[in-house]
Amino acid sequence: MAKISIFLTVLSLIPLLCTSFSPENPTDRRILVLLDDLALKSSHSIFFNSLQSRGFVLDFKLASDPKINLQRYGQYLYDALILFSPSIKQFGGSLDVAAVLDFVDSGHDLIVAADTSASDLIREIATECGVDFDEDSAAIVIDHTSYAVSESDGDHTLIASDYFIQSDAPVLFKGIGHTLNAANSLVLEVLSASPSAYSSNPESKLSSPPSLTGSAISLVSVVQGRNNARVLISGSLDLFSNRFFQSEVQKARSTTKYDKSGNEQFVTELSKWVFHERGHLKAVDVRHHKVGETAEPAMYRITDDIEYLVEIYEWSGSSWVPYVSDDVQIQFYMMSPYVLKNLSTDNKGLYSTSFKVPDVYGVFQFKIEYQRLGYTSLSLSKQIPVRPFRHNEYERFIPTAFPYYGASFSTVYGGILRFHDCVPVQQVDVGKLTLLRELEDTSTFPEKF
Amino acid sequence: MATSLESTNVVKPDILRNAIGNVLSLFILLLIGILAFSIRLFSVIKYESVIHEFDPYFNYRVTQFLIKNGIYDFWNWFDDRTWYPLGRVIGGTVYPGLTLTAGSLWRIFNSLNIPLSVETVCVFTAPIFSAFASWAAYLLTKEVKGTGAGLTAAILLAMVPSYISRSVAGSYDNEAVAIFALIFTFYLYLKTLNTGSLFYATLNSLSYFYMVCSWGGYTFIINLIPMHVLLCIATGRYSSRLYIAYAPFVVLGTLLASLVPVVGFNAVMTSEHFASFLVFIIIHVVALVYHIKGILSPKMFKVAVTLVVSIGMVVCFAVIAVLIALVASSPTKGWSGRSLSLLDPTYASKYIPIIASVSEHQPPTWPSYFMDINVLAFLVPAGIIACFLPITDASSFVVLYIVTSVYFSGVMVRLMLVFAPAACIMSGIALSEAFDVLTRSIKFQLADILGDSHSGVGDAASNSRNGVVQNDVSKVNKQSVGDKNEDTSKERPSRKNRKKEKENMEKVSIKSRIEKRLLVLPFETSIIAVFLLVLLGGFYVIHCVWAAAEAYSAPSIVLTSHSHDGLHVFDDFREAYAWLSHNTEVDDKVASWWDYGYQTTAMANRTVIVDNNTWNNTHIATVGTAMSSPEKAGWEIFNSLDVKYVLVVFGGLVGYPSDDINKFLWMVRIGGGVFPHIKEPDYLRDGQYRIDAQATPTMLNSLMYKLSYFRFVETDGKGYDRVRRTEIGKKHFKLTHFEEVFTTHHWMVRIYKLKSPKNRIRGKSKKSKSTPKASSSTSSKRASTGKRNPWH
Repeated sequence: MAKISIFLTVLSLIPLLCTSFSPENPTDRRILVLLDDLALKSSHSIFFNSLQSRGFVLDFKLASDPKINLQRYGQYLYDALILFSPSIKQFGGSLDVAAVLDFVDSGHDLIVAADTSASDLIREIATECGVDFDEDSAAIVIDHTSYAVSESDGDHTLIASDYFIQSDAPVLFKGIGHTLNAANSLVLEVLSASPSAYSSNPESKLSSPPSLTGSAISLVSVVQGRNNARVLISGSLDLFSNRFFQSEVQKARSTTKYDKSGNEQFVTELSKWVFHERGHLKAVDVRHHKVGETAEPAMYRITDDIEYLVEIYEWSGSSWVPYVSDDVQIQFYMMSPYVLKNLSTDNKGLYSTSFKVPDVYGVFQFKIEYQRLGYTSLSLSKQIPVRPFRHNEYERFIPTAFPYYGASFSTVYGGILRFHDCVPVQQVDVGKLTLLRELEDTSTFPEKF
Repeated sequence: MATSLESTNVVKPDILRNAIGNVLSLFILLLIGILAFSIRLFSVIKYESVIHEFDPYFNYRVTQFLIKNGIYDFWNWFDDRTWYPLGRVIGGTVYPGLTLTAGSLWRIFNSLNIPLSVETVCVFTAPIFSAFASWAAYLLTKEVKGTGAGLTAAILLAMVPSYISRSVAGSYDNEAVAIFALIFTFYLYLKTLNTGSLFYATLNSLSYFYMVCSWGGYTFIINLIPMHVLLCIATGRYSSRLYIAYAPFVVLGTLLASLVPVVGFNAVMTSEHFASFLVFIIIHVVALVYHIKGILSPKMFKVAVTLVVSIGMVVCFAVIAVLIALVASSPTKGWSGRSLSLLDPTYASKYIPIIASVSEHQPPTWPSYFMDINVLAFLVPAGIIACFLPITDASSFVVLYIVTSVYFSGVMVRLMLVFAPAACIMSGIALSEAFDVLTRSIKFQLADILGDSHSGVGDAASNSRNGVVQNDVSKVNKQSVGDKNEDTSKERPSRKNRKKEKENMEKVSIKSRIEKRLLVLPFETSIIAVFLLVLLGGFYVIHCVWAAAEAYSAPSIVLTSHSHDGLHVFDDFREAYAWLSHNTEVDDKVASWWDYGYQTTAMANRTVIVDNNTWNNTHIATVGTAMSSPEKAGWEIFNSLDVKYVLVVFGGLVGYPSDDINKFLWMVRIGGGVFPHIKEPDYLRDGQYRIDAQATPTMLNSLMYKLSYFRFVETDGKGYDRVRRTEIGKKHFKLTHFEEVFTTHHWMVRIYKLKSPKNRIRGKSKKSKSTPKASSSTSSKRASTGKRNPWH
């Protein structure tokens, strides 16, 4: 008996246990870190420690380790990949460019850090994600105006940038620059160089104008793929290093001196975004029904009044919280949107609206295409056919047709009357005629007399 | 005493003979029905009990829906699985006659506890109705020329190849029941015309209603009957019977026709129906004139005529001017495209490629007449002549029927089907008349010979030569004219004009008696002629059986070919549709050229973009444009239509000639008709359509070329196309936006999946500048894993 009760309590706990391992946690868990040199583990330990303290499981491996395996039996072993191996020519094990890209295409995240010695392998991965590093392999971003004052460096390759970000202190950067294609809507630059920057080899003399100049140079960019996989590409590995995290910053020609660079904050926030601790939306419980009903029909009729509801939540890093915004739009779509409406929210995550189905039949879709910067894109579509009126749903009598009704009914009435009177009329006629003859007879009768 | 004895002698065998004749003809009709049914079973025996071709699959699907959901849901059926995303209101755009017929048949069988599958009923509907059609042909011809001609016409119709081609078992199409309805309507019209009975006039309208329910070809009836009425009026054959045959038919018929959802207001709005209303007015005017003529004195009548004509002309002109203005204001002059292409055979090819693209809308070739009606082509003129001897209302109708249908069959090969019954009726009349003449002269001379050699033996021989002739003549009269007289006298109520008509007939019969006495051919000639006619009939039968067995029984969904190493069966279509139904999501959309739309929805149960109901030209043009565009543009069009899979039919490997490459120019034309950036000359090299190395780059880069010939070179190393009999122009190429997901055993159907848009947008690769070693190594690696990675 006791056993059974224990069993039952365990059984009742199973759902709870299940929810605790909810698959709906979008944050990555297991991260593979590929390093050029295991020394990086200690030189970048602040970054790694911050990740570990946030609950990530890091698996450090040398990039040339022959036992690297991203997946086993078709299942990926990791949720994210950090490539801190800018100089690697060829990965060990089964990993190659295609495998890395497959990894991203299946929805996993990636951080790539290049450096002055970036190999073609790293460059190609970046190119595939839409980021073009400077082709000159020896080129470094140089900035003679917004460099960070430092004791050793005289070639102004250590850049303190505060473009594009809101940060307490400038971010230190030392590495190669890249460009983005303006037409590429998936990639976003998060740290760019100042207008006075250029990319060239500091060792050699500048013979021709550098190919990359000014704020066209991006230093750090992020990519969010159509499948919401996120990629961070940085031209500098040092960006993540303990040295940069902790160093003081003083921008050239600036009197303010910061005790600590903005790197740690910058990198932490970026990694939160990349590993889906921030900016992740989900839409659940999409419903639609006629106004006043609750059941979802398989088909609507034209000019029905319908209601559409969806719940949208945002991942806060530990739990789902209602997402509040007033710009979520619903489309009622058949080749083009027939209805385009903002959804109103109750601030608890529920978005809803009601509208009238247009007077057009066909196979429509409820579409939500919600793409906001920094958020995963929401793309919902639900197919619903809209039928015309049934034969008995039209108005039976319409006012404009009353003359016709009148005509037909009067014809029917006339017909009945005629049919009814047909035979007697003839008889009456005959009678009349005889009467008339009699009358004639009678009228002529007196004259004779 | 002698005369009375002779009369009893004559009358008694006549009753007996009639009875035997009736039983015999009933028996013959039964056999004809069985023949008509069984000659159409070759397809089931040679292949299997399947629905054929394209349209029948739609009808089959509709019937399934009807049986499952009942008639009201069928009437209101909005189908969201075709014409995505527009959908199609099936109930309002389909001729429901066939479906309702098969549905009722199924219901009847089920209520009799005969559990048949819907498919079985659908497969055998056409043969059943072809038996009905041959019986209707018997009735119709009997109205024109008597029982003998009727039986001959029925047996000819039972196995005319043209009709077989549309009504073999499995050919579950509108025409299968419509031809029966057509003939039966004509029969009832003639019956009304011969009897003047309002009962038959009402039946006629109902039969017309069934025809309207069944087939768009009902416009042929609604134009032919007014034409005949007009002809009768013009030739001074107006009678009250004509009025009864026509006026109720127009009123009731139009009312009933407008009840069919697909026709609706078209019954009074389109030009196809105007002729009937015009003649309706004319017949009333004529009736009025006859009536007034009967009342007024000739002098008064003349005055009235001048008065009415002068006023009437003015009114008429005014009305006609308004009508013409109204009609002319509409772009197609109130005619539908198909009807216009009937009047002007070049219309479709000039303006509506979608109509011209259908093979059955092409004009037929000469050999197709010999294929489809065979020896009837020679008998028809004889039948026409026979119809003029003597010409009656009924025979003039049949003549008009054949003349118009010959014209229409010359415009559109599909309308051979309307022509075939007319040809059968005419040939039936011709054969029957010829046999009549020949057997009579044989009998006449046989009796003569017998009488000379064995006098005193047998009944007939004892009579004098004169007596035999008289007897014979009277019998013939009974058969050909007297029969009708009896019919009419039985069924026609005593009317004023009956006597006149009978007198007419009598006059005719006397005239024909004289003629017939003269129409005695020499004995040997008659024997040879009968022998030749039988031989001709034999050839006809052999040809028909051959046509039924070999030419017209292929279901076109399963193909066979004979080669030196035996029979090959190509079941690729069903293989592909089965693949689709098992391997794709229920709501996935499959794009293909419209020919395969019905089959895809019926067999694969997947949503299609366009299908064989070519109601929306723009939508078809969109698909045509996608197929004619380069790969990326085609992908964009398909993607905007939510298409997941693209299906192409390719015959290059096995030599199946009606594949998509051969239909491709129509896609270009139809696409270019709506989207002018597709230009036909871009696909032609010096006006020639070719796919070899000389083909234009536009052709070689078009999506259709790529989808058809993707990996084709891997089959034989050369890429030799067996249909076009040439090596293809571009052999090695890759698809970037499509991936091949299924190709059937004989490569006849190829299914591609649209790749979803790339997750990432690639940067500007300048790989050529970067070290070649790395790029080549990676690319080769990628090629090895290439199939799996959808981005390369």
